[in-house]
Amino acid sequence: MASPLKCDLCTNPATVHLTQIVNNKVHKVDLCEACAQAKGVTDPSGFSLADLLLKASLNPEMPASAVRCEQCGFTQSDFKKQGRFGCPQCYETFSSLIDPMLDNMHKGTAHAGKIPEKALERKSLHDRLGELESSLDDAVKAERYEDAARYRDEINQLKQSFEQPKAAR
Amino acid sequence: MTIASLLSTPSELTDNASSKSAIVLMTRVRLARNLAGRSFPGWAREAQRTEVLTLCREALLATAPMKRSADAAVSDLSELEKQMLVERHLISRELSGSPAGAGVVINKDQTVSVMINEEDHLRIQVLRAGFQLKKAWSVINALDSELEGRLDYAFSPRLGYLTACPTNLGTGLRASAMMHLPALVIAGQMEKVVRAVNQLGMVVRGLFGEGSDASGSIFQISNQTTLGESEEAIIKRLGSVLESIVEHELNARAKLLETDATKLFDKIGRAYGILQNSHQLTSTEAMNLLSLLRLGIDLLVFPEETRAVVDRLFIEAQPGHIQSTAKHDLESNKRDILRAERLRAEFATFAKPNFTINGEN
Repeated sequence: MASPLKCDLCTNPATVHLTQIVNNKVHKVDLCEACAQAKGVTDPSGFSLADLLLKASLNPEMPASAVRCEQCGFTQSDFKKQGRFGCPQCYETFSSLIDPMLDNMHKGTAHAGKIPEKALERKSLHDRLGELESSLDDAVKAERYEDAARYRDEINQLKQSFEQPKAAR
Repeated sequence: MTIASLLSTPSELTDNASSKSAIVLMTRVRLARNLAGRSFPGWAREAQRTEVLTLCREALLATAPMKRSADAAVSDLSELEKQMLVERHLISRELSGSPAGAGVVINKDQTVSVMINEEDHLRIQVLRAGFQLKKAWSVINALDSELEGRLDYAFSPRLGYLTACPTNLGTGLRASAMMHLPALVIAGQMEKVVRAVNQLGMVVRGLFGEGSDASGSIFQISNQTTLGESEEAIIKRLGSVLESIVEHELNARAKLLETDATKLFDKIGRAYGILQNSHQLTSTEAMNLLSLLRLGIDLLVFPEETRAVVDRLFIEAQPGHIQSTAKHDLESNKRDILRAERLRAEFATFAKPNFTINGEN
């Protein structure tokens, strides 16, 4: 081989090569002796390749980015340091960074499990309420009072269903 | 209910020991959940964390399964209480060391515990003695649904439940089993099992999770991935891995009995002798001895009724639990003396081993 493999976590030559097949996908990690020891790879009582893959994929110099999460002020270099995000919104802000990593980390890249139906319903009710309220404002400003009355009735109906979510259904 | 009074009653783990929990001591399912529009605990300022704590506490205590729970801010717990909660698997080491604004809510029978502001806003956990993955899932699923009616979870249709660490994304589900695998350890096959389990996308850890050792031949096996698969699929997959590990352990036991029953009975007999007579025992040694007695129960050397005692001692021999029986702070060697004293008392009246049941020996 022309040049020896380098450790995924530091720059020393890699001497420990791990291959794991998870869900029919091959994952490879190359480590030097010291990093392998430190990560417990040689410890039969177990280590988590997912954690390792996460850290390894963070290590290669990521393109410097000045992007900041609007919601919480988190930056890409914060993620590099901590391996954790700042807030839920970060997944949108840093999607170009995280999305390619997910494939390596998980069985798939799309959620296939439970959905918080009540919370989503509540959110769509809230969104609808917001729309209606601004429509009402517009109608009042434009002196379209018939429309305004209709919006007001709809708003009242919606608000009732908030208070008694079960009775409304 | 206070944490102190909760700690004075035995845990779910020790109360429900039966032959059904012979190899799978306990199953656990946890869900990671976060509130929409709020910084994750590791990034949030103290005031934000405190706000989340209040919101989550109120929502939790209003649900049916968590009524009359014990709840506390971590900062209000003593070091000893925290340690005992860790030893009972009700909180994590990470939570016990977390900064202000963290809390825990534990139901009365200690089967449900919810950590607030650990790595995620909510870490909901359901714990069951024995091999009860499906039951644990249905309990946690119901609690999660009720909670979701009261809290706005951070959720993306594409990525599922959003978590601080991307390794928990999607379902936020970690299902695990605590397994007692003494024969695989004695036969030196554990390394092979760990490798095979890893290849199936599952993780093997020691008794107290990441980085802990496997004293007492107790291992935790859990799923590694959380995204791209439904909760039921994850649980089914883990279930079949666990079943095959149980089978390997049973085979290893049969093989040991067949090839070297004398050596095996010698280990069990010596463990019994030490537990009855020693005057100084570290927790690791105690765990390893109790593990052998537990194996003895499975092999009918000791009567089935003694299982509950051994399982209780697994927890009560831990440093925090031993310390709690003392009046003042003990150094670790004094604790070892107290532990030995405690175990001598328990084993003075313990059933005598009967090595003849299995035939030849």
